Amino acid sequence: MMETSVCAKNLSYAYDGATVLSNVSFSVSNGEFFIVIGPNGSGKTTLMKIIAGLIKIQTGELEIKGQSVKKYKRKILARKIAFVPQQIPTDFPFVVEDVVLFGRSPHLGTFGLESRKDIHLAEQAMKFTETSYLARRRLNQLSGGECQRVFIARAICQAPDIIVLDEPTASLDIAHQLRIMDMMEKMKQEKNITVIMVSHDVNLAAMYADTLMLINNGQQVRVGPPGEVLTYETLESVYGCPLLVDENPLDKLPRVTPVPGRYIKGLSDR
Amino acid sequence: MSSVVKQIIAVSGIMILFLVCVMVLGLCFGSSGTGIRSFAETIESFSNPDSLYYTIIWKIRFPRVLIAAMVGAALSLGGLVFQALMRNPLAEPYILGISGGSAIGAIIGILLNLSRFPGVSILAFLGGMGTLFLVLLISTGKTLLKKESLLLSGVMVNAFCSAVIMFLISLTQDARIHNIMFWLMGDLSSGGKSEALIMGIILLPCFVIIFWFSNSMNLLLMGKEMALSMGVNVKIITVSLLMISSFMVSATVCYCGLVGFVGLVIPHLLRLVFGSDHRVLVPACIFGGGAYLVLCDLLARTLPHQGEMPAGVITALVGAPVFIFLLKRSE
Repeated sequence: MMETSVCAKNLSYAYDGATVLSNVSFSVSNGEFFIVIGPNGSGKTTLMKIIAGLIKIQTGELEIKGQSVKKYKRKILARKIAFVPQQIPTDFPFVVEDVVLFGRSPHLGTFGLESRKDIHLAEQAMKFTETSYLARRRLNQLSGGECQRVFIARAICQAPDIIVLDEPTASLDIAHQLRIMDMMEKMKQEKNITVIMVSHDVNLAAMYADTLMLINNGQQVRVGPPGEVLTYETLESVYGCPLLVDENPLDKLPRVTPVPGRYIKGLSDR
Repeated sequence: MSSVVKQIIAVSGIMILFLVCVMVLGLCFGSSGTGIRSFAETIESFSNPDSLYYTIIWKIRFPRVLIAAMVGAALSLGGLVFQALMRNPLAEPYILGISGGSAIGAIIGILLNLSRFPGVSILAFLGGMGTLFLVLLISTGKTLLKKESLLLSGVMVNAFCSAVIMFLISLTQDARIHNIMFWLMGDLSSGGKSEALIMGIILLPCFVIIFWFSNSMNLLLMGKEMALSMGVNVKIITVSLLMISSFMVSATVCYCGLVGFVGLVIPHLLRLVFGSDHRVLVPACIFGGGAYLVLCDLLARTLPHQGEMPAGVITALVGAPVFIFLLKRSE
């Protein structure tokens, strides 16, 4: 039995009385690739923020590395979990190198004096994410994919046990999506980092995840290996549109194809 | 030694040198006509405490220059902190109405015949905090775009404060009006050694605390959530930095009224030259802002043929065009 990295019991959350999450329970093992999927507005982002400790839990329990998240000091928690947001703020005037090095701050004092070891770790993180050539560039001069890689480098530099990412592949082209997902897989394999991620791309999620969690309207529909979660009955009921589920030729994992309206119309006409 | 430490030492060294040069100029020139030729006499006057120069330079000009340096440092730092916390390069205590709020408090204190310390000072601090709270409250409404709404609410609160100030002044019928008006425009002329000492005791600890939190300001620039995820206690640090800055600003307002735009011009200039690491910018602002106000005060003392003008006139003459320039550029 592998050690548990994140364990959530009956998590619920509401913004101003509007329920966003209700009774979500799951557990993620060390070094697991855990992907949350679900329609827009199903509470995925809120869940990521709760796991990353950015918003306080209202009801339920959340344990990180066997200890309740409420008992963590902010800085100690930041040594365990790094967070990569959906929308990356780029309107501040730092260069890439600085941003990556900021990832060391949970390990440093309030004044953030870095040693040679920290600079070395930042260089390694940039090498891992293939961003070394960007070191002296400003964030607002980068493309979306480069920016995302820089923020992942910053998260790696934080040397966490768990990385939480909120749709890191949104608005990227296919090549960049694969690159980011491969990077996450490599991180999990080489560094045994637990990866928890939101993805809106069901097929990409199916190909990389050890465990998938499907949520809808803040409720957890199903958790398990991709083959168990991605059945057309479940998906159609959640997404409310006709979907075709078969096996992809690469590794026999589920492949989901949305069915355009004209085919459905054709069927009913006949 | 870490490269940051080297950079801090180098930048502080340059700025201290600049500050010292400007302070020497500030000691040598003045409305009483002692020109630069008296520099040697200035040194000489050390040994001769009975001379006129000794009195002018060490009893009148020295405390004044010292206070100008501290006020300039406090106002620049205030601007730097507000710009980092609100993630808005145009935020500044004067533009946001914090100075105006402090002035209302101070005027009420003066009209009630309270002593400058603690009565007037406490009222000024409360006034500054009140307007800060008001501006934040107005600008966090969900209907307005944040960056612009912050400035707009600041400008409006400031306009309201000016109206209240004029209202209060109009109610006063006595000879204090001229003094209040002159003080309000940012006047540095009324200070001696004891005032300089009090300002030092009040402001220096604030400088140290802000310097200590300077790396958190770096992280806060990346947004609240990113800062949280990197272990910054966002709430505690934001609230304490805002309180400390407002405290510093209200202290300067009590002493020398509204000196505007220093917190806009200096941090922006220094960012252009030294980059955006706040660990470097905080000391640079302390010494550079100090030097800037000493220089402005020097101009205010020497430009008019007779008497002098408030230093706030000079800083506003320089600062308002800079603000417009930055506003155009940020579009």
